[in-house]
Amino acid sequence: MVQLPHFLTVSALLFAAGVFAVVTRRNAVALLMGVELMLNAANLNFAAFSRFSHNALDGQIFAMLSIVTAAAEVAVALAIVLNIYRNVETIDADQAGDLRG
Amino acid sequence: MNAYDLAFFLLAAMALVGAAITVLSRRLVYAAFSLLLAFLGVAGLYALLAADFLAIAQVIVYVGGILVLLLFGVMLTHRIYDTTLKSVRVQPLLGGLVAAAIAILLIRVAWNTPWNTTPEIAAEPTTAKIGEAFMKHYVFPFEFVSLILLVALIGAALIGRSRTPGSGNGR
Repeated sequence: MVQLPHFLTVSALLFAAGVFAVVTRRNAVALLMGVELMLNAANLNFAAFSRFSHNALDGQIFAMLSIVTAAAEVAVALAIVLNIYRNVETIDADQAGDLRG
Repeated sequence: MNAYDLAFFLLAAMALVGAAITVLSRRLVYAAFSLLLAFLGVAGLYALLAADFLAIAQVIVYVGGILVLLLFGVMLTHRIYDTTLKSVRVQPLLGGLVAAAIAILLIRVAWNTPWNTTPEIAAEPTTAKIGEAFMKHYVFPFEFVSLILLVALIGAALIGRSRTPGSGNGR
């Protein structure tokens, strides 16, 4: 019988995949993909806890708000990435270090 | 194993395989398309969790919006015909170690904590209830997040706009 820990396990593995992408990738768009995976993992946790505690909707509402915030985040991040690409011709996070102090 | 469990394992495998290809593939376009698999798998898991509205929102916002934006990002920042789209990976060993440690920690917590769960009650449509909750109890977060969305989209359009030289508006 599939219970709460099963969903939490899937979510943990998704989160770890996102962390791996963020730690090892250097392409800015690939970094964003890792962040999206981590956000999905968190939302899955919200939905799972929501289901297994009185079927309350609070978790789902939190997940909705988080999805909206993720959409705003990716729009702004891609605009910044495009601007970096236009200015320094690379989106490698290690090479675009003009602001490094 | 009943149909629910079978569906769970299939959808979980779909999400995790998609995530793995996204993380490991050297080609960014492949990574973006396998992210589609991961998002759809998570949407299916939402449906299994009786969160029907959330599942549809996931499909519309993530698959229809965020993924398309990411694909735009991939294609606008590379020469499109350069199929290799080299994506270097730094410190795969250390990164894998960190990710594995986090996964093990979270999974141990998930299985060893005595969660205060309640027996599942029958699933019912959630759309009307979510709408009511947003309009009553959660009206402030709802308005606030829509303000965030508005500001972020205006800001993104402003930042991402291409400046024509001599328009007098450049830096």
